[in-house]
Amino acid sequence: MLKATCESLDIGRGGRLLVENLGFTLENGRALIVSGPNGAGKSTLLRAFAGLLPPARGRWSLACDTREAQEPGALAHYLGHAEASKPALTARENLEFWHAMLALPGTASAHTPDSALAALGAPQIVDLPVAYLSAGQRRRVALARLLLAPRPLWILDEPLTALDTAGQALLQAMMREHLLLGGLIVAATHAPLGINGLHLTLGAPGDGAAA
Amino acid sequence: MTASPLAALFLREIRVARRIGGGGMMGVVFFLILVTITPFAIGPDLNLLSRIGPAILWIAALLSTLLGLDRLFQADHEDGSLDLMLACETPLELIVLVKCAAHWTVTGLPLVIAAPLFGLMLALEPDSFGAVAASLLVGTPALTLLGAIGAALTVTLRRGGLLTAILVLPLAVPILIFGVSSAAAATSATTPFLTPFLILCALTLGAIASAPFAVAAALRHMSE
Repeated sequence: MLKATCESLDIGRGGRLLVENLGFTLENGRALIVSGPNGAGKSTLLRAFAGLLPPARGRWSLACDTREAQEPGALAHYLGHAEASKPALTARENLEFWHAMLALPGTASAHTPDSALAALGAPQIVDLPVAYLSAGQRRRVALARLLLAPRPLWILDEPLTALDTAGQALLQAMMREHLLLGGLIVAATHAPLGINGLHLTLGAPGDGAAA
Repeated sequence: MTASPLAALFLREIRVARRIGGGGMMGVVFFLILVTITPFAIGPDLNLLSRIGPAILWIAALLSTLLGLDRLFQADHEDGSLDLMLACETPLELIVLVKCAAHWTVTGLPLVIAAPLFGLMLALEPDSFGAVAASLLVGTPALTLLGAIGAALTVTLRRGGLLTAILVLPLAVPILIFGVSSAAAATSATTPFLTPFLILCALTLGAIASAPFAVAAALRHMSE
């Protein structure tokens, strides 16, 4: 049983209120899809969901069976525009490091760096330094983190960026499987993600009412 | 595979520093150049050189410690790693401490090992090699930790290195004073070795205990 609750959340940046009075509930296997024009505050909202930006008002919490309600940041995967990979290290070294950092106690992963990258359709890059990889391949290394360290909530900022058609299809399948297993996803996107969920449009009339 | 987060972080920092572009050895080379240049500036007065040798070694250590520090958190900030470290369950203070420990292992420890060798170039008396190395061993961790505060405060600035130095150098004065006076104790009859050395130990222990909190607070504030 997994439940993310957002109550009357206000989020501002630089003295401007971007999101006002946002409220929604996400339960097992549900997704929230945030869309809106550039500068509407999608990334800011996602950073706040990841615990990197304190909200001006309101509450955002995640409750699950094994842990009491808490800041979701520590239970979430946050995938922003930056990939958090060190160019000098190989994909495997990067992934092993993030596995050690992000694996939640008591969870076991079915994946190794090799199998996670294979699942993302890029098994050949595992021993290459990330500096040599293309933008799409770097994206796949970052996405492999999601498989390697299972976490209940995925916070994805424009996850389809730089991926080719095959990569997008793989990611969409990955997100569907995560939802099927009861996980939650909060994603900001311009392109269709191929998953169902609540839609939130920022910077538009009726701001804040997720429907 | 399932290493502890902090051990994995330490390993990663060491690896990044040792790869091309990591700048791990740059500190020692910079140290060498500073120490080599000074006798040229001062002239061939061996007595003068051996008298101010410990001070030169300490200033060189101070500058070369600061040299690599601006990238300590900036690189992680730019590639997004810092966001994940801020959000993850491991306390940020421990992450900071481990990053500083790894940074010191790569930049500070080679200085300590190389200092007696470079002391030869400054006509230091062999008796004082031990004192110089011991004072650097105990004092450089405090320099790294102090510098980390400056690095954290300038993490979002493009050219933060100089600002880091300006912020940190005044704070490093006590470490410099007691470091040099314990290093110079072996050659001068007037000052004892143990008193400044113990104060230096205290400064480093104080920095280990308090700097991670300051750094973590600065990082949290800067990343908002």
